[in-house]
Amino acid sequence: MTRTRPIRWIVAFAMFWYRFIVGDDWTLAAAVAVGLAVSATLASRHVVIWWLIPAIVVVVVGLDLRRASRARR
Amino acid sequence: MTLSNAAVYVLITTFLASAVEAIEMVTIVVGVGATRGWRSSLTGAAAGFVLLAVVIVGLGAALSHIPIGALRTVVGALLLIFGLQWFTKGVRRVAARGFAGMREQELEDHHAAHRGIDWTAFVLSFKGVVLEGIEVAFIVVSFGANANQLGLAVIGGVAAIVVIGGIGAAVHRAVMRIPRSVLQLVVGVMLTTFGTFWSLEGVGVDWPAGDASILWLLGFYALVALTYIALERRRLFGLVPAA
Repeated sequence: MTRTRPIRWIVAFAMFWYRFIVGDDWTLAAAVAVGLAVSATLASRHVVIWWLIPAIVVVVVGLDLRRASRARR
Repeated sequence: MTLSNAAVYVLITTFLASAVEAIEMVTIVVGVGATRGWRSSLTGAAAGFVLLAVVIVGLGAALSHIPIGALRTVVGALLLIFGLQWFTKGVRRVAARGFAGMREQELEDHHAAHRGIDWTAFVLSFKGVVLEGIEVAFIVVSFGANANQLGLAVIGGVAAIVVIGGIGAAVHRAVMRIPRSVLQLVVGVMLTTFGTFWSLEGVGVDWPAGDASILWLLGFYALVALTYIALERRRLFGLVPAA
């Protein structure tokens, strides 16, 4: 089935954003989304929460490297 | 014509405040350009300036009604997610090849980056220019309107972008000499830093040191990257078994 040009554009546009956001590892985007949602909720209640995203970065980078290491074996 | 003390104060303050935003803008454009290709990065930056000009001319002083918090959250989150991908790839590549890089892979990446427009580079530069440009416009409108010196504030803001942009253009050749794997790691750490700062600021989180928090965030993420590189190298070279 051949796609018309507008459909191809829409599919290409959607694929670009999928690759941009999800990339090779969907857990990075999911962790950031959850972290920002929790930060927004707690910040609105005046909780000191600036440390959460940096902590999430440390954990998700470590998990990603561990997964890559297992995949190499 | 002589300038009053108040006018000089507006000019210098606007220039310095805008320069901080311009440094972030130029860092992203130069970093992305050196890593993914200059044509796409500069095209994205140019498109960002065009949109910025349309928004500024269209809204004028009403700029202050733009929901900057929402804009910071969206742009910051996207930069953070993308920066994290480069952060992890950069750690893996630098751990495998060392800080000297690997010529063959670099050339391969270089050629890949020059086929047509690289939309990833385009979008990263575009977003950096639009967000930071709007922040410069906010500074100009705030300082200029409060002191009734909008013309001088515009000169201060534009001069900051021109001066910092000129410095970026002057150092870009030195940046190109850095191995691409190292550059990917450095840009990944920077995008993660800016993304963390902007997205959290956008959702209403207060940073303990204000804008200066960017510096210690950068240092913290650099330390995290170096620690993981050391751990990866031990694992890669068989000093410890993989988990």
